[in-house]
Amino acid sequence: MIEAKNLNKYFGDNHVLIDVSHRFEKGKTNLVIGQSGSGKTVFMKLLVGLLEVDSGEVLYDGKDFTKMNFEHRKAIRQEIGMLFQGSALFDSLNVEQNVMFPLNMFTQRTLEDKLERVNFVLKRVNLENVNPLMPSELSGGMRKRVAIARAIAMNPQYLFCDEPNSGLDPQTSGVIDILIQEITLEYQITTIVNTHDMNSVLSIGDNVAFIYKGRLWWKGNKNEILQTNNKELNDFVFGTELTSRLKK
Amino acid sequence: MHLFYGIGKYVMLMKRVFARPQKRVIFRHQLFTEIQNLGIDSLGIVVFISLFMGAVVAIQTAYNIDSPLIPLSMVGFTARQSVILEFSPTVISLILAGKVGSSIASQIGTMRVTEQIDALEIMGVNSANHLIFPKVVASILINPVLIVVSMWMGILGGWLAGVFTGLVSTHDYVTGIRLDFQAYTIFYAIAKTIVFAFIISTVSGFFGYETEGGALEVGQASTKAVVYSSILIILFNLVLTQLLLT
Ligand SMILES: Nc1ncnc2c1ncn2[C@@H]1O[C@H](COP(=O)(O)OP(=O)(O)OP(=O)(O)O)[C@@H](O)[C@H]1O
Ligand SMILES: [Mg+2]
Repeated sequence: MIEAKNLNKYFGDNHVLIDVSHRFEKGKTNLVIGQSGSGKTVFMKLLVGLLEVDSGEVLYDGKDFTKMNFEHRKAIRQEIGMLFQGSALFDSLNVEQNVMFPLNMFTQRTLEDKLERVNFVLKRVNLENVNPLMPSELSGGMRKRVAIARAIAMNPQYLFCDEPNSGLDPQTSGVIDILIQEITLEYQITTIVNTHDMNSVLSIGDNVAFIYKGRLWWKGNKNEILQTNNKELNDFVFGTELTSRLKK
Repeated sequence: MHLFYGIGKYVMLMKRVFARPQKRVIFRHQLFTEIQNLGIDSLGIVVFISLFMGAVVAIQTAYNIDSPLIPLSMVGFTARQSVILEFSPTVISLILAGKVGSSIASQIGTMRVTEQIDALEIMGVNSANHLIFPKVVASILINPVLIVVSMWMGILGGWLAGVFTGLVSTHDYVTGIRLDFQAYTIFYAIAKTIVFAFIISTVSGFFGYETEGGALEVGQASTKAVVYSSILIILFNLVLTQLLLT
């Protein structure tokens, strides 16, 4: 479980996150939704420490991450897998080497052992026989899946995904969503997904937090979200032609 | 103010760069790769430029000796002195600042803007150390080798030019390059080269690492890397020449 308590973040005079508190549950796909520029990425980066908070706490199973030094953070980070908006595969390494990278860096396992793990996670994301390909030779959806494989290679306790569906067609993004949800359930991970894709919200949104202009505006699940009277949330949910027609 | 802020950031980054690598096997592998990329792959251009510069120095000197009192062995002597003292360590380092510096900055800059550096940090890797340290060590090891090769090639170029133009005989040239030779000059050249190698790799690593934005900024970072390493090489050249030769 990860808990954010009264997080505040400024960029100069720009108060980007205002007193955000939220609890992300274990074994669930926790979604953070909101408009572009609302602060989702900043929120996620604060949670993993890629940005420093100006005030507030981030608790990983009760331990305050923001006050830890590099060594203690390192220990927690080895429990974290993260999927970046642009996949962030290492472009000088092929698929196999990318997935094996954390295993090489942090374990003493034999090559055989590591290869077995690599092939296992690649299979888990439905990729086979792509081991020797370079990231530049993959499609966007394949890159996302390799990135997921790399993120789960070390059996993380926490999985962070920043817009896993951006730039994908609706079908492929559905496949990615389901994959993330399955992995979360299977390994009882605490998963956090940033998205502005309503399809994802309605299919995997167990625990949804809506961020509006830097504030945590609404919390609930995928069923409650369709019934709420919250104006800003309604504008967000029914903001597209498709969803507004569905509502009628 | 801006300058001091930049220097402060550079120092902070270097504190993270100079740490013990997390995994020795991986470091060794990276080191060999970098020696190949930053060193061996520059051999061609170093040989080419050195041969021709040596040749030009020899021809210039030969044409400018018009007094019969000055022996033709001065051509060899001048070629040797200018190649060892300044041409190889300084000019070749400037060339390397252009070639190697821009490649380091754009490689690391691209990794920054595509979140690959964040990906390393998330795993718990000290990304500054992982990405920059092998390049610094590789440069410090391989640049002196390149500079020694350059010295030989420069002197060889001078000889070839002298003989083919008929301006200087082999005998005169060889007498010249042996005249009053001091081994200390080689030490001086290598000491300078090591400082320049440090400047090129750390300054370019710094500009790459601190890139923010997108492809445009990566290009700017690589230009800045070359400009600032070149300026620093020129400044340190003056300082080191003063320090080491007096
Ligand atoms: N490094 C930064 N420096 C200054 N301002 C920043 C920085 N990163 C983000 N911001 C600002 O913080 C706000 C929130 O940005 P953020 O990237 O979190 O949005 P987002 O919700 O992830 O949007 P999107 O859905 O488009 O990814 C924006 O106004 C942005 O300008
Ligand atoms: Mg974002």
